[in-house]
Amino acid sequence: MTFLSNIVQFLSEWGPNLLWGLVATLQIALGGYALGLLIGLGGALGKIYGGPVTRLFLEIYTTLIRAVPELVLILLLYYAGTQLLNDTLRGLGYERVDISGVAAGVAVLGIVQGAYATEVLRGAMQAIPRGQVEAAQAYGMSAALTFRRIMLPAMVPLALPGMANLWLIITKDTALLAVVGFEELAGATRQAAGSTRLYLEAFVVAGGLYLGLTLASNRFFKWLEGRATLGQVKVGAA
Amino acid sequence: MGEWYWLPDYFWRFAEGLWVTLELLAIALFFGFLLAIPIGLVQVTGPRWLAAIARGFCTMIRGTPLLIQLWLLYYGLGSLFPYFPELRQSFLWPILREAFPYAAVAFIISVAAYEGHIMRGAFASVPKGELEAARAFGMGPFTVLRRIWLPRAIQNVLPTLSGEAVLTLKSVPLAATITIFDVYGVGNIVRQETFRTYEPLLFVAFIYLLITAVLVVFFRWLENRVPKASQ
Repeated sequence: MTFLSNIVQFLSEWGPNLLWGLVATLQIALGGYALGLLIGLGGALGKIYGGPVTRLFLEIYTTLIRAVPELVLILLLYYAGTQLLNDTLRGLGYERVDISGVAAGVAVLGIVQGAYATEVLRGAMQAIPRGQVEAAQAYGMSAALTFRRIMLPAMVPLALPGMANLWLIITKDTALLAVVGFEELAGATRQAAGSTRLYLEAFVVAGGLYLGLTLASNRFFKWLEGRATLGQVKVGAA
Repeated sequence: MGEWYWLPDYFWRFAEGLWVTLELLAIALFFGFLLAIPIGLVQVTGPRWLAAIARGFCTMIRGTPLLIQLWLLYYGLGSLFPYFPELRQSFLWPILREAFPYAAVAFIISVAAYEGHIMRGAFASVPKGELEAARAFGMGPFTVLRRIWLPRAIQNVLPTLSGEAVLTLKSVPLAATITIFDVYGVGNIVRQETFRTYEPLLFVAFIYLLITAVLVVFFRWLENRVPKASQ
């Protein structure tokens, strides 16, 4: 029973902090996901339609990012990114800036997600029946219009399962930013745990919040998949 | 590019770190997969309550960050020990004081959940007729599992398992947050002692590229040894 009363006590004191942590986590995850999606779209297009140099560069990017631990990448990109930005700013005659935790987190996780998203979206893009794209071209659509009107809508149902998975991964990867000292959910929890010494209770609460986020996301993506595949014949559905 | 004068001084530390990383990876993959088999199996064929427990376990572990699980085990359980003073005298105490067992358990649990989820699909995807045929040959349930069901299931998901192994390898640095000196942990020591920001991290990344390459080649070799599934 002391465990439950400890949790209640912990929540009444540190609940708001943890909720703010959750908000920060969501912000970073959403931003990083959006950035990753953009990079992924560009990367997928580049891998399929790009020249040899673009393809080689993208191949190196996706291979490196997917082989090196996220924690190492976060540290590397965080320090290297800040220094590069400040060097550039100084070169242009501006003052150095401190990059906000959220912005750095978004940038770093976005670049990591971009590599995975590139592969997911490339797979979806290649699965679009060739005839559809050719038909669009035969109608005289430009490349951009074909992409917007034909390829993008056709890709969505194919890419959704993979992209849903990536969202779940990024929400959990935000916890890694606690190691660099960001005050997102994991970081806020560690702080709360340290000052209350209720380690078990604090991490159980944080785990519950992450789990709730995952379950809610699952629901949402299932609904989205249902909408995206509306009217499609389910092949081999059990 | 960069300054690497420190590398010879820390070479053996990195070698030790590499050993720790590989040890954790091997323990996590081996025991995690052993647990994943029953976890996947009961979700396909087990009694309903057991299937529900297995499914709940997979959802819970897969739905929370490994970092939180690791800290929950290490700091959370550790904070309970003062309530059980007799633990200090027990034979378990030397193990409970170390950080490594906590990391090992956390990684095993994580692998068990992720691969258990994969194995569920794998077991379910083996054609029923093959299992019926095995039973018709007079095989007992355990023989069916050992000779037919498990090999066919693994055959189907070997590429997925190899991807999972790489993901596990990449999560090993989390152990450094609970005072374990794997390759990444050693890299952090170097950064603190030499005040070089990038070079140690780049070196860690380079080692990881090598391990990942070895792991991928190993699994490709394994996949080639397994006859292709013809469905």
